[in-house]
Amino acid sequence: MLDRREMMKRAAVATLATGFGSIRALALDTVTLPFDNGERPLVKYPQKRPMIGLTSRPPQLETPFSIFNDGAITPNNAFFVRYHLAGVPLDIDPDKFTLEIKGKVDHPFKLSLQEIRKLPAVELVAVNQCSGNSRGFSNPRVPGGQLANGAMGNARWRGVPLKTVLDKAGVQQGAKQVTFGGMDGPMMDTTPDFVKALDIDHARDGEVMLAYGMNGDDLPVLNGFPLRLVVPGYYGTYWVKHLNEITVIDSVFDGFWMKTAYRIPDTPCGCIEPGTAPKATVPINRFNVRSFITNVTDGAKLKPGATTLKGIAFDGGKGIKEVAVTIDGGKTWMPAKLGKYLGKYSFREWKLPVKLAAGSYELRVRATNNAGDSQPMDPLWNPPGYLRNVVETVRVTAG
Amino acid sequence: MISRFFLLPLVAAIAVAGSNLASLTAAPVSYALPEEIAAFKPGPNLEMVQNNCTACHSADYIQTQPQGAKYKKDFWQAEVTKMIKLYGAPIEEADVPKIVEYLAATY
Repeated sequence: MLDRREMMKRAAVATLATGFGSIRALALDTVTLPFDNGERPLVKYPQKRPMIGLTSRPPQLETPFSIFNDGAITPNNAFFVRYHLAGVPLDIDPDKFTLEIKGKVDHPFKLSLQEIRKLPAVELVAVNQCSGNSRGFSNPRVPGGQLANGAMGNARWRGVPLKTVLDKAGVQQGAKQVTFGGMDGPMMDTTPDFVKALDIDHARDGEVMLAYGMNGDDLPVLNGFPLRLVVPGYYGTYWVKHLNEITVIDSVFDGFWMKTAYRIPDTPCGCIEPGTAPKATVPINRFNVRSFITNVTDGAKLKPGATTLKGIAFDGGKGIKEVAVTIDGGKTWMPAKLGKYLGKYSFREWKLPVKLAAGSYELRVRATNNAGDSQPMDPLWNPPGYLRNVVETVRVTAG
Repeated sequence: MISRFFLLPLVAAIAVAGSNLASLTAAPVSYALPEEIAAFKPGPNLEMVQNNCTACHSADYIQTQPQGAKYKKDFWQAEVTKMIKLYGAPIEEADVPKIVEYLAATY
């Protein structure tokens, strides 16, 4: 939560920044994402390498897709950024930071960052994927952040299980959910503050984490420094950044960001007939299964003969069982060799040697998880543009 | 097209003091966001749009939405309504058609 004076200061800065008199310099570069109106600036932010700029205020940065070919772990300086509200905390003193635990608990308390760091730590490799990842490919198109496939990343998170802190506080009988708020906030009192909720059993599953470390370093500021929630297998909307407020409640939270936003059709696939409206909705939750080819780009020209395809796959936590590739339109699927297992919530690398005689090919990759869930050949659709997990196609020419 | 996408690399290059050392030094972190790079395109009622939209978000929120014949008046009417009803934007009712007119005519 922002205090009023800080909000006013930011509103003033925002007004200045949008005035006509502001100094502007040349673009670093632009990139064009593969859908209509996909031109984006390549932008340079502190602690980040050049990223695809979706919006400036609040900041939203997409990871250039080529990064995913470099390894299973996404570097901190390439990790995507998504804020909802323009009151972004820019001055953070880790010595003064506190996390408050309150609500239906026997012992409400505040923890300093130092105290959190002294609790027994755990580490977990997990994918964070924005609910709106790949929204730009929705057909028909839908409003919202027009992202390609780069609003995802995989990191080794270090922190304290949320369960540890909730147990210390002593959750009371009748608790139903836990809500999470961060230091970021809206520019106006009338805009709903960003607060998310998890069911009490989920919050106490021992895996949901209060993370201060990311790939052996502190969290970058734009990824939630000094503390963020990590909800393995769940979409990024729950991974509250700059987390400083945890409240145990005895009801189902009815705040805007749970009750109205971030909802999917209440159907088995979370999808409906394109262009229609859902009858009922539920909060978005676990990732479905996805896989990508990362070392060959669409439209590439390859030398005829032997080539090795490689890429990544992930799901919501059952773990990837199999990745298969077809180069003949789905007549035959060839199982790929899976890379090192970094945990059931991680990207799983894969590779497969193929022989491509001179000609044109549509390369497709499809993953299956340990529950037998896989990916559809045709894209599913819903009004917010969530859950895209179609079997991806990369068109290449050999020769 | 290019002229809409501007950057200020010098501002962006300012380092974040102590950002990767907090566990050792716990130094305060001061982060400098780069300057905004998108501007509203010229169009009818531009000033009204700037006055009503920019307190909460930059122009690229509009610029990057789907474009074309299917994303005109109805699309933008729904977006402006969403900003008022869901995000609490204090937009005067009389201004709504003018804002929608700008958005439909310009994007």
